[in-house]
Amino acid sequence: MQIFPFIVVVWIVGIGLYGMVTSRHLVHQIICLIVVQSSTYVLLLGVGYVTGGAAPYFFDIPLHTRAVDPVVQALALTDVVVEAAVTALLLSFAIQAHKRFGTLDPQELASLRG
Amino acid sequence: MTPPVRRWVFLVGAAGLAAFYLFGLSGLPGFGHYPGPYGFILNRVAVPQTNATGVVSAVNFEYRGFDTVGEEFILFAAVAGMAVVLRHLRGEHEGRQPLDEASDRDLPPTSDAARMVALLFTGPIVLIGWWLVSHAQASPSGGFQGGVVIATGFVLLYLSGEFRVFHRLGPADVAAAVEAVGAGGFVGTGLAAVAMNLPYLKNFLPLGTVPGAVSSSGTIALISFFVGLEVAAAFILVVGELLKQTLLVRGKKR
Repeated sequence: MQIFPFIVVVWIVGIGLYGMVTSRHLVHQIICLIVVQSSTYVLLLGVGYVTGGAAPYFFDIPLHTRAVDPVVQALALTDVVVEAAVTALLLSFAIQAHKRFGTLDPQELASLRG
Repeated sequence: MTPPVRRWVFLVGAAGLAAFYLFGLSGLPGFGHYPGPYGFILNRVAVPQTNATGVVSAVNFEYRGFDTVGEEFILFAAVAGMAVVLRHLRGEHEGRQPLDEASDRDLPPTSDAARMVALLFTGPIVLIGWWLVSHAQASPSGGFQGGVVIATGFVLLYLSGEFRVFHRLGPADVAAAVEAVGAGGFVGTGLAAVAMNLPYLKNFLPLGTVPGAVSSSGTIALISFFVGLEVAAAFILVVGELLKQTLLVRGKKR
């Protein structure tokens, strides 16, 4: 199944979006967004994988060993950092929303006007 | 829109999205058949060119160094944004609630087990974080990973005792300064190369002789160090900013 990892990617995006749409709590919704974003790790690492390839670290393996693509791994690292930053910012928005409106239910928040 | 209607509208849309997504992804080369050549070329040239055996670190701090500057400033901007969003609203101030001060208040003390484990692990965790920060060029580590681990050590300090003590030590001011040094050091390393008539972020330091040694790989190790400072400080600020919310006392509601 050469396409199986990519089906997993679509599944993670779908289940995360479903959670965001049906969420009744802002913190839950933020966690669902993290789930959606984590699909990109599977996609990136799936794209760069080489069958039988070693990790791109040539500390204790010979220099010409067949290894996986290091670029997508660096991109996945970027992805993690950005996700942490976005999550921190969104959680602080949730705190302020709760202070101001006394609720974290997106449905009730939509019907309130500041 | 009622929740059931919303769910159905979403399912119709999601089915279409999934179909197109799968259609698009099915055009990719199959799993395990990476077409190259970029990754293969890097794997071959990175160690001779930079003396860093961790090619991922070499990509992050050298070949795609300019991207990493942007990545670091996303984190920087997010922490600044948090400080703005969580500023004191009207009628809020830090202080002690009268209820907290009541003499008959039954304050649950931190359990000895939690305190001991937290204090026992703080040192080793900061050491592991430092090891990760300083070995970006050799192993799967680097400033980002190590910085987060170092910040975890400070969270353990909080777990081990009173947050007020932790807060009074004023780590926020120190962390803010360290974060600025980390972010500025990364940009400054790049500008130093420009001052020597080299391209921005070009590796201008001696590369060392042994590939993968701590002293090797020139600016990769230096930038990893600055990134470690920045990330550790940023996460200490993020956690501190969120914990500070528990100290707020609200005045009368508007």
